[in-house]
Formats: sequence, structure tokens, C-alpha cells
Amino acid sequence: MIKATNVTKRYSQKLALDAINLSIPKGSVYGLLGPNGAGKTSFIRIMNQITAPDEGQVHFGDRALQPKDIARIGYLPEERGLYKKMKVGEQVLYLARLKGLSTAEAKLRAKKWFERLEMADFWEKKVEDLSKGMAQKVQFVTTVLHEPELLIFDEPFTGFDPINTNLIKREILRLSKEGATVIFSTHRMESVEEICDHIGLINNGQVMVEGPLLDIRKRYQNGTYSFVVKEAVEHWGDGTLLQESKHHTGHSYTVKFEHYPGTVVSELAAKGTLVAFEEVLPSVQDIFIEIVENGAKLVPHE
Amino acid sequence: MNNPILLIIQREFLSRVRKKTFVLVTILGPLVFAALLIVPGILASMPEDDKNIIVLDEAALIIPEEGRGEYQLEYLDPRENDLATAKEFFAESAYDALLYIPTGENWDPDFIKNNILLFGKEDPSINMVQFLDGILEDRLNKQKLLRNGVDPEVVAQSVTQVNIQSFTVGEEGEEEQQSATGLKMGLGYIAGMFIYFFIFFYSVMVMRGVIEEKSSRIVEVIISSVRPFQLMMGKILGIGAVGVVQFVIWVVLSGGIYLAITTLVFPEMLAEQAAAGPGGAEAASIQGFEIFDQLRAINFPLIIGGFVFYFFAGYFLYSAMFAALGSAIDQEADSQQFMMPVTVPMLIALVTAANVIQDPNGPLAFWMSMIPFTAPISMMIRLPFGIPIWQVFVSGAILIGTFFAMVALAGKIYRVGILMYGKKVTWKELYKWLRH
Repeated sequence: MIKATNVTKRYSQKLALDAINLSIPKGSVYGLLGPNGAGKTSFIRIMNQITAPDEGQVHFGDRALQPKDIARIGYLPEERGLYKKMKVGEQVLYLARLKGLSTAEAKLRAKKWFERLEMADFWEKKVEDLSKGMAQKVQFVTTVLHEPELLIFDEPFTGFDPINTNLIKREILRLSKEGATVIFSTHRMESVEEICDHIGLINNGQVMVEGPLLDIRKRYQNGTYSFVVKEAVEHWGDGTLLQESKHHTGHSYTVKFEHYPGTVVSELAAKGTLVAFEEVLPSVQDIFIEIVENGAKLVPHE
Repeated sequence: MNNPILLIIQREFLSRVRKKTFVLVTILGPLVFAALLIVPGILASMPEDDKNIIVLDEAALIIPEEGRGEYQLEYLDPRENDLATAKEFFAESAYDALLYIPTGENWDPDFIKNNILLFGKEDPSINMVQFLDGILEDRLNKQKLLRNGVDPEVVAQSVTQVNIQSFTVGEEGEEEQQSATGLKMGLGYIAGMFIYFFIFFYSVMVMRGVIEEKSSRIVEVIISSVRPFQLMMGKILGIGAVGVVQFVIWVVLSGGIYLAITTLVFPEMLAEQAAAGPGGAEAASIQGFEIFDQLRAINFPLIIGGFVFYFFAGYFLYSAMFAALGSAIDQEADSQQFMMPVTVPMLIALVTAANVIQDPNGPLAFWMSMIPFTAPISMMIRLPFGIPIWQVFVSGAILIGTFFAMVALAGKIYRVGILMYGKKVTWKELYKWLRH
């Protein structure tokens, strides 16, 4: 859907994007992850053609990004707001018309969305009379109203209350099922693990790792396993105990091994104490820390 | 087809025109203005209460019959009273004021003029003091002339008032025109003030709009749909349209109010003037002809055309600067320090208005009307005086050229500024954005 080749962006002293290559597959829910100041917003602004890259190209579909593609993108920026003095309905129609919808079409779709998100009574209100949560719903509707093929959310869940967060997660996943490509940009990496199927990790304007989330987590598997056992275990052979906890059904342990702990498992199983055994995949946060400390792992040749 | 600039213009225009404050200001503006012009006139034309002044005239300078209109003079006999008894009498009487004219050792006018006293129950009005001054000065003048052996009649006859009639002659010997300097001065001043007011008022409105979009954080949503330049121009044009509508309504309303007042409130006064006797009627009609002549001396199409042109060109120039300023600022409270340098040229144009009027074709007036930042005001002040037409075109061309350059510059700053938050902006920083 989006393919960035050697995209570079410089601000007066700072290199915001250093020849990055990214490829966002059509239909994916893509997590654009990285700490604050990594270059996420710079890249998003380039996709939205708010700024132009100094070098490199961005392809949208199978051709270079064009001004008219703006109508096919829905963007919810991190710095978002609405005209305070304007009525909600008028404002939604205005923003939709800027994206190229006709007034009649915009009205029809907006009414549908307002009904679904239970905000029909907002229509005649002024934005300044809405609560923060209500305004967030309106912002969400304005982002998706023109049924864009590509949805970009920059830090979507900061500032949203928990109820809206869930509501919007649900709606985004629904849009994704209907065929939209979704990009999430956030520095809170744990928050997107559950919804993203692809990620790109950016740090200091460079792509650290990119690909399907599961593949990446598997690649960074480091021999950590979790055990649930009925009786306490004192020795873990060559394994290092990372975590333990006691609960009414028994004990839980997280242990890191150099090799696959086959003998440990069969011994515990023989004693009849093993309840559960599972490989622990590293979280995106762990992967990020690992990469920053030790550099990225190369993709193993198959 | 949705043209984004048109959509933006439409929103900017409607969101302002539909505001209650716009409706109020637009309708009440002319009423307040008319009230400012008319109320003092009405108050001034109301007759004051009669004032009775008791006079203790030791110098036998004035005669009671000289009381006029609302000022009635009455004598207190100086042979039976001195200042102390006169004051006592005055305090207990119903008189409004006590005038005391002393006589010196040997009736010295220079002693008398410095020792005349006026006592009032309340502060004597300026009108009363002027009235008494007039009588006393006239008396003392005459006495001095007589003492020097000059007949006051001769002096009165020899006082002359000169009345120059000035004309302007066209280069190709066109018909002479009466120059009507006073009327032109008034027109120049008013047109210059209006231009200043409009440019400043609506340019600041543009700046506020930009800051509003920035501080409400909607700007990034908008510029993901339209180019920043389109947003800026849409705002400038939309608010310009608000200005035009407001101005047209003001002109129409003011005209209506003026007509209504002259026909409803003041017809008696006009009739009174006409009926003031044959002399009065004649004077009135001569005055009428003079005004008619003077109006003919003024090139109204040029002035109106110039006003419209300089209003728009000046507004575009300044609103582009104010838009760029607004984009660099997060909060309206921070705008003051940046507005000052931008508005200084307009203030200079206003401050030098008097000099420009005194010599509308002098070097100051010429250069002020060529520099694009002062031209809208200074040229408007000069226009009624009839200036070489090439100057109008050159000044107009410079202004339009500067306007385009300014819009391009402002667009560059704006593009960077609207996405910049929490940065303390300096002029150096703005210059950097230009080269982004």
C-alpha cells in the first residue's frame, strides 16, 4: 500500500529521517513504533503530503504519491482539535467536503456514523459545549468519513478515555476487516501488540526492524519459557530464574535457558507436577530495548 | 467539484458574519458614529439658562445695556458699595455672578485689565468669561485709542480681512478649478483614517484566525486536506469579504441615518436659517454655491477608486504579514511584541498625516506614498489634492509587487509555523523558516 524508498528529511540541524525504507502491506494493521522524536510524525507528515521528503520516494499503491491521493487517506494527527465555535454537524461536513465529498453524500454518511456511535444529539451542538470524550468521537468520525483506503492514527490513544479507546479500537478493527489499511503510530509499544499484525520500529530516524509482528517476536526469542507447577521447584539446571510467583493452584516461573529445556520438562512431567509449559515471546518493548543495546539481528537465511 | 479555497473562504466568511458580535457592530457602528456627530450638536444648540450678572463697575467702563442673549448685566452703584459689601449682597442674592471692575489711582487701563475679578456661585462657564472678556477688551481698547488721540471709528474702518480665492490650473490650460483646500484636507484625513482602521482591524482578525486554528490544534487536520498556502489565502480572502460586506452596510446605513436626521430632526433649523431675513437667505445660498463649486473641484471617481484599491492592496499586504505572525505564535497573548514592528509603518503614516496634508506634493508626501507599507494611508491622504497620475500608478504597481512578494514570504513562514508548537519564536527563527 505504502512503500518508502530512501526517504530522508532534514530539519535545520537535525536529521529526522535517515534514508528509511518501509513497506506497509495492503490490508495490514501496521504499528509504526518508536520513542518520542524517533521520526514517526515526520514520516506520517510526508505520507500526508504536509511536508515533502528531501530525498527518496513514497509510493502509494503501485505509483508515486500524488496530491489527489489526499482524498484516499484519513489522518488523525497527534495534535488534533476542532473549531471550538463551530457546530459539530457543520464542522463534520466542512472537513468531509475538504476531502472531496459532496455535501449530500457527507451528510448521509455522517448521520450513519453518528447513529452508530450514539452521538446523534451532538449534531447541532457547538464543539465548545462537548465533553472531551465527545469531541474525540467527532474527531474519529471526521477521520474515517470519506472512507479512506489508508487510515493513519498518530498516538491515537493518548488523551482518549478508556471507553472511547475500546470503542475506537473496535471500529478500527472493523474498518480493517472491511479492507482498509491502518497505520498506528505510537511510543507506547505495549498498547498496539494486540491489534497490529505488522510493525516497523524506528529509532533516531532509522528503521531498526520491520515485518510481520509474529515473525519478529519469534526471531527475537531468547530461550525464555514459563512453567506452572503444583509444587515449588528449587533447581532449574542451566536455566536462570527470571520471575516466580505463588498462587492457589501452585507456582509460576519464568526461566531463561541456553538450550531447549527438554530434560527439565520431562523430569517435571515425570514427577506429575507440571501443569503448563509455554515459550515466552519477547514483547515489542523488550525487542526494542534489545535492539538499542545490542543492534538488530539479521534475518536468518532459510 | 469542491474547490478547497472556495470552501475555506466560505467558512471564514460565514462563521464571522453569523456571529452576534458582527451583527451588533455592523448595525450599531453607524448609530454610534452618528450619535457622536449629532449629540454634541444638539446639546450645543440648546439654549442655556439666562445668567444674571451683577456688576460693580468702579471704573465706569461698561454700560448695562451691553448684556446680550442669556447674559444680563445689572449695576450695583459704586458710590454706595465697595467690594466687600458687594460680595455680601451677591452671596444673599439670586444673581449668578459678580463682576468687579476696579479703578486704579488715575484710571490706568493697564492696571484695570489685570485686576478685574469675577465671582460665581459655581465655576463661571468659559462662555461667560469669553463674553465678558469681549466687552471689556473692546472698551479698554477704545479708551486707550482715545487717550492716544486716535478715533476708534477710523481703526474699525481700517481693519481688513483678506479672502484669497485659490485655483488650480491644469497643464493643458484646462478649465480652472476652485481648489477647496479645507474640504480636501477633511476628505484626505477621513479616507486615511478609514484605511488605517480597516487594514488594522481586519489584518488582526486574520492573525486571530490563524492563532485560533493553531491553538485549537485543528490546523494539522486541515492541511492534511489542503495546502497550507490555500488555507492562508482562503482565510485572507474570506475575511476580506467580511470587511467589504461590513463596509457596504456601514455606508448604506450611515447614508440612511444622515438622510433621516437631516429631514426629520433638523428641518426647523434649516427653515429658521432660510427665514432669518433676506440677508440670511442670501448668505445661505452663497454658501451653498461655494460648497457646490468645491465639490466639483474634487475628483470623486479617483478618490473612491483609490480608496477601494488601497484598502484591498493594503489589507492583503498587511494580512499576509499578520498571518505569518499568527502562525509563529502559540497564544494570542504572545502577539503584542511581534505586532509592534509590523504596525510601525502604518503608525508613521498616521503621525506624518499632518505634514503630508500641508505639502501634498512635497518630498515627504511623495516618498511616503511610494513606500508600499505606508502608501495605502499616505496616498489616500494625498489623493483629494490631485496629484500627478503617474505617481498613483507607480505607487500602485510597487504595492502590488510587494504584496505578491509578501504573500510568498508569508506562505513560507506560515507553512513551517503552523506545525511548530512550544518554540519561543524570534525574528532570527522566522528568517530560518524562510529558508526551510
